[in-house]
Amino acid sequence: MARLTVADLEARAPAEAQVSDQPKIKVGMSTCGMAAGAEPVFVALEAELRRRSVEWRVARTGCAGMCSMEPLVEVTLPGQPAVMFGDVTPEFARHLAAACAAGKPLPVEKRVPGIADLARIAGEPVATEGGPRQYRIVMRNCGVIDPEEIDEYLDRGGYKALARVLSTMTPEQVIEELKVSGLRGRGGAGFPAWLKWSLTRESAGEEHLIVCNGDEGDPGAYMDRSVLEGDPHAVLEGMIIGGYVIGAKSGFFYIRAEYPLAIQRIEKALRQARASGLLGNNILGTDFSFNVEIRLGAGAFVCGEETALIASVEGKRGTPSPRPPYPSVKGLWGQPTMINNVESLANLTQIVLRGGEWFSGIGMGKSTGTKVFAVTGKVKHAGLVEIPMGMTLREVVEGICGGSASGSPIKAVQTGGPSGGLIPARELDTPITYEHLQKLGSYMGSGGMIVMDETDDLVELSRFYLGFCVDESCGKCAPCRIGGTQMLRLLDRIAAGKGNEGDIATIRRLAHAMQKASLCGLGQGAPNPVLSALRYFEPEFRGRLTSSGN
Amino acid sequence: MSPTGTEDDVAAIAKRWKNKRGSLIMALHGLQDRYGYVPREAAMSLGEQMDVPLARIYEVLTFYNYFRLKSPGKHVVSVCMGTACYLKGAPQLLSRASEELGIKPGETTADGEFHLQVVRCVGCCGLAPVVTVNAKLLAKVTGESLEAHLLTPTTAEDGKA
Repeated sequence: MARLTVADLEARAPAEAQVSDQPKIKVGMSTCGMAAGAEPVFVALEAELRRRSVEWRVARTGCAGMCSMEPLVEVTLPGQPAVMFGDVTPEFARHLAAACAAGKPLPVEKRVPGIADLARIAGEPVATEGGPRQYRIVMRNCGVIDPEEIDEYLDRGGYKALARVLSTMTPEQVIEELKVSGLRGRGGAGFPAWLKWSLTRESAGEEHLIVCNGDEGDPGAYMDRSVLEGDPHAVLEGMIIGGYVIGAKSGFFYIRAEYPLAIQRIEKALRQARASGLLGNNILGTDFSFNVEIRLGAGAFVCGEETALIASVEGKRGTPSPRPPYPSVKGLWGQPTMINNVESLANLTQIVLRGGEWFSGIGMGKSTGTKVFAVTGKVKHAGLVEIPMGMTLREVVEGICGGSASGSPIKAVQTGGPSGGLIPARELDTPITYEHLQKLGSYMGSGGMIVMDETDDLVELSRFYLGFCVDESCGKCAPCRIGGTQMLRLLDRIAAGKGNEGDIATIRRLAHAMQKASLCGLGQGAPNPVLSALRYFEPEFRGRLTSSGN
Repeated sequence: MSPTGTEDDVAAIAKRWKNKRGSLIMALHGLQDRYGYVPREAAMSLGEQMDVPLARIYEVLTFYNYFRLKSPGKHVVSVCMGTACYLKGAPQLLSRASEELGIKPGETTADGEFHLQVVRCVGCCGLAPVVTVNAKLLAKVTGESLEAHLLTPTTAEDGKA
């Protein structure tokens, strides 16, 4: 592929303008789709078309977010709206391909109602058939383009933001746009993105470095995996822009080894970007040069913590170190380093192209833009949703995801993973913002949203979460290492029906010590699931005590 | 050295990653991809070629869950214990697999056929509960479907969990 220039990208016509007289057939081929059997479906579609001597290309695409309905196939006949089919079997795929080839009407069975257009519209609100509206910025290309074809990304306006930044904007102007946008870190804590960018840029060092944190360790969350798999170039483009702004020459993707497909797609995206002059020396013919390498995690939750992540990218044990100094001052190899979450970076191109003001108009208060959630557990339509901040939990869980799967009423929703908290059903009308969730004793987290129904035992669940953090504790500081273990023993005792009145008070005291004295976010956050369970469901714990009469 | 690997493989991995900053974990991934685990001889040889003390290599290997120090056997069965899978019955699946294979999580059957392990989250929560057998991901697993897969495991992509 020829090296692109700024002018090439500006001249490129958007995909919407290209008219096709062929039906478009797409199969969702992300990890979820493959696990549900997308490969045989893909093969069946191709075989049936070939058998009928039709030479249409069956396209592979990323995750549209409707994971529980995989494998998903989308068919767009010329001049007609797209129709999405769910739970597709190879047999149904043959039937579908036969109908397309013969020019017959598409089958009425297996249609996924009302959400066919979900992923189609970038940055526009889309209705889920009269229900609450998703709003796709981060996932605008997921399930739409073939993530392994850079041309499809370019057709959707890809790398135009980079071209604009390199040709018309100073780093300060990009930071100003970010400031206006109000974008906050999507890894969980919600630190203002512009401030991180600006602090790193201003720090002195021999070189500046940027890291994309793709170590999505929260069990029950997979938004970042889907974005890396479904739209790798968008994350890369955000990272290259970040490199330009902070004055970096090198960047690193840090990705979990448990995500082989995401790694493969990023590797491919890097190769394509290099070949197209979007990465490497003199990007787009300018004097800006920037390189990106991949470093893999190896299964340690603590590596989501910035200082531990730095140690791991350096190839060492992922033990955290005290902050300050913050990575923006002293990070990788002692140099100023900016660490951004996958989802944060995926927002970048649209903020550049549409402006910070546009972005800040979405959302509620200080929580601007959208957030992607992986809604799973006891919910009817488990999957990924991207919603404007400020939408209520109820709208997400009941409106978009169809409520309880079992018919048993929803008891609680958990956000923030092992560092987050439970939110009881009576608080479901709370808007999703950083502030509102914190007030309830939970936090935004990276986007895991686990739904529990009345059959779920929250004492057991508290043990599950705490047990996770105890296993993942790096052991460096005593509050986390010893506090966590002792608290888990108390919970074990309560779960076994042998706890006493004093145990609950001791748990609270230990929790306080861990929150105040642990070195990093893992230990500080570990008591949260237990504390929030106690806050809203204390009677369940008390019911297990030996003297449960009181 | 394991019969499936040679000194040349280690040399190729060492050559690829030597003098690249922050590359030790990548080189160790290279070894595990090649052998299915990190054999001691390979780790020693890698250390010599990359100028990394063996203590530093083991410091890293023992910190991260992903690295295995022993041969895992032919088929690696990983039961996902992420929150969504946990809620949808992963603990029951784990005991079922454990019973079926006659080993505890982290162990390998005497004939070297199966290795059973727990994984944190494979990020496929929408299809919970999930089990992987080698590189194949099984979705919405039931006790019966798991048993069927243990009877006829896929051999196509051995060695990668």
